[in-house]
Amino acid sequence: MSGTFVGMPAFPTAARAALGDTQLRRNLAHATQTIRDKRALVVAEVEDWEDLRLAGAGVKEAALRDLATHLETLEASLTRAGATVHWARDAAEACAIVASITHAHGADEVAKVKSMATAEIGLNEALEAEGIAAWETDLAELIVQLGDDLPSHILVPAIHRNRAEIREIFQRRMGDVGKAAPADLSDEPAVLAGAAREHLREKFLRAKVAVSGANFAVADTGTLVVVESEGNGRMCLTLPEVLVSVVGIEKVVATWADLDPMLRLLPRSSTGERMNPYTSTWSGVSPGDGPQEVHVVLLDNGRTRALADDVGRQALRCIRCSACLNVCPVYERVGGHAYGSVYPGPIGAILNPLLNGVSDEQTASLPYASSLCGACFEVCPVRIDIPSVLVDQRAAVVDSHRNDRVPSAEALAMKATAWAFSDSRRLAWAERASGIAGRVITRFSRTTLPGGRAASGRLPGPAAGWTGARDLPAPPAESFREWWDRTDGGQR
Amino acid sequence: MTSARDDILAAVRSALADVSPAVSVPAAPRAPDRGDLVALFVERVEDYRAVVTRCTSAELGGVVAEVLGARTSVVPPGLELEVPNAVVDDAFTADQLDAIDAVVTRARVGIAETGTIVLDHQPDQGRRAISLVPDLHVCIVDVSQVVADVPDAIALLDPSRPLTWISGPSATSDIELNRVEGVHGPRTLHVVLVL
Repeated sequence: MSGTFVGMPAFPTAARAALGDTQLRRNLAHATQTIRDKRALVVAEVEDWEDLRLAGAGVKEAALRDLATHLETLEASLTRAGATVHWARDAAEACAIVASITHAHGADEVAKVKSMATAEIGLNEALEAEGIAAWETDLAELIVQLGDDLPSHILVPAIHRNRAEIREIFQRRMGDVGKAAPADLSDEPAVLAGAAREHLREKFLRAKVAVSGANFAVADTGTLVVVESEGNGRMCLTLPEVLVSVVGIEKVVATWADLDPMLRLLPRSSTGERMNPYTSTWSGVSPGDGPQEVHVVLLDNGRTRALADDVGRQALRCIRCSACLNVCPVYERVGGHAYGSVYPGPIGAILNPLLNGVSDEQTASLPYASSLCGACFEVCPVRIDIPSVLVDQRAAVVDSHRNDRVPSAEALAMKATAWAFSDSRRLAWAERASGIAGRVITRFSRTTLPGGRAASGRLPGPAAGWTGARDLPAPPAESFREWWDRTDGGQR
Repeated sequence: MTSARDDILAAVRSALADVSPAVSVPAAPRAPDRGDLVALFVERVEDYRAVVTRCTSAELGGVVAEVLGARTSVVPPGLELEVPNAVVDDAFTADQLDAIDAVVTRARVGIAETGTIVLDHQPDQGRRAISLVPDLHVCIVDVSQVVADVPDAIALLDPSRPLTWISGPSATSDIELNRVEGVHGPRTLHVVLVL
């Protein structure tokens, strides 16, 4: 079974380790470059792409702002269509519901469609503890599961693996859990995909219970939508007798017509295709076609917490396309594991603190995992202003430490600054001190900035963290106020 | 103890207590007129490395027979086309379907802009399993079914039916983000376009 993110170190520590892995960086640079180029091509084809983004953002924002109404409508239309609706406040409740449905059918395994919601709640591990094997059927999820690895990307959880590594994992592990990979397996992507087809076929054909998520849930028609590529989704949604879909409450859109901008935005932003190979939609039970017992688990697990955040609410518009990961200069270099969550990259850096709060050190480190360059906002198909939310979450982290018994160096520095700035004599004294420091640095420093201004090298003590990677320009020998007094505002 | 349902709905309401539900949703823009829709449809379907054959309705039976060759095939009960050596779907199990080489179906809508075919699984297309398990999908699309873009398809489709949107053969981009065709769904998609 896959590993767990529990106990991951804070971002800076994890990032340092990832940056040292040259193979990882090569794999990521290659993969993100490929997908960025593909996306740019198909987005350029849509003349009114910006208007389409506005429409997509509008559809999701409207649904969120009246979410209680839409959830009740969804529940009613699902029930009318023959589905059973369950509600789960948190991960444990959702996992317990899936386990109890599986047990009720005497099944000891489920086939799974790739789903971020079930990854978020740790469903596989929870089912394993209940004696139920959860088979991931998406190729990348299969690679992660067989490799006893962690996902590192929303769309392609095995993006950190190259073809040679995938071949090795298939050869070593497939035989342990089902049909073994052929002995002469090559590392051609098509051959590797063929091996996954062979390996999973028997699991699809015998599965009694399948578990999926949903990309969208249409309130007025009770329709769930799964967008995929390989056909593993269709297999799971069609062949088993029982289907359980775990759906975050933010997946709701109001009407069937609302799917239009979403289905045009998602594939182009996600895999860089005009349309993904397969999209399945279903509304409850269809007599004689597909699963005859359909369950939908509506999941909160922190979403109402995020919904209450006026700035952060927009993160719930996310359709998990992963375009923001692919363009992020930070993600491209450190990869997904450093974020310590199934939601990595820019969206993860806001979604994790919004869903879980910033009380633990690891989550609190995420809003800082960004240079605030804004590329993520530019590509987001539903216009989530990720940089603004990042800044707001940084404020939330600072706020959460206001009453710490031992204040941080930054808090002390800010306090001292406020004290100095609130009185003109104190400020004048501070300026004189800074002028002396400026003269000392100019006299002794061996570092100069472009243009000739002296800068400090690496400073010792608490300033080392800042000056280790940045130049601190020497403060000017004379402050503005001193200059004004001396020259009478430039008159002398 | 309150139910999870009541707790979640109450939390949603409380989170949005000061938020106005009114928000203007701009209409999604339409794609510009691309001229010959059928030509665009063919180009975009072929772009996914699906095979497209054009024929008249008189030629259809012959073309389908030729595409299938010696393969075994399953057809939906309402196909309304003689397919040599085909078996009509009769609630076959997944294992039984797995032993059949090909499936022949009709479709509900073709989308030119994206090269997509949508099945709504009426009797001329059959239940979802038959167009999924066999390795070759021969899909008959009438030119009159081709629409310009996604919103046109959404307007035509009935959401109460199960729908399958198909854009080329099954594929994956999971290995180094390069697209390769042929995973779990039919590895070959052959579209027969009836003029």
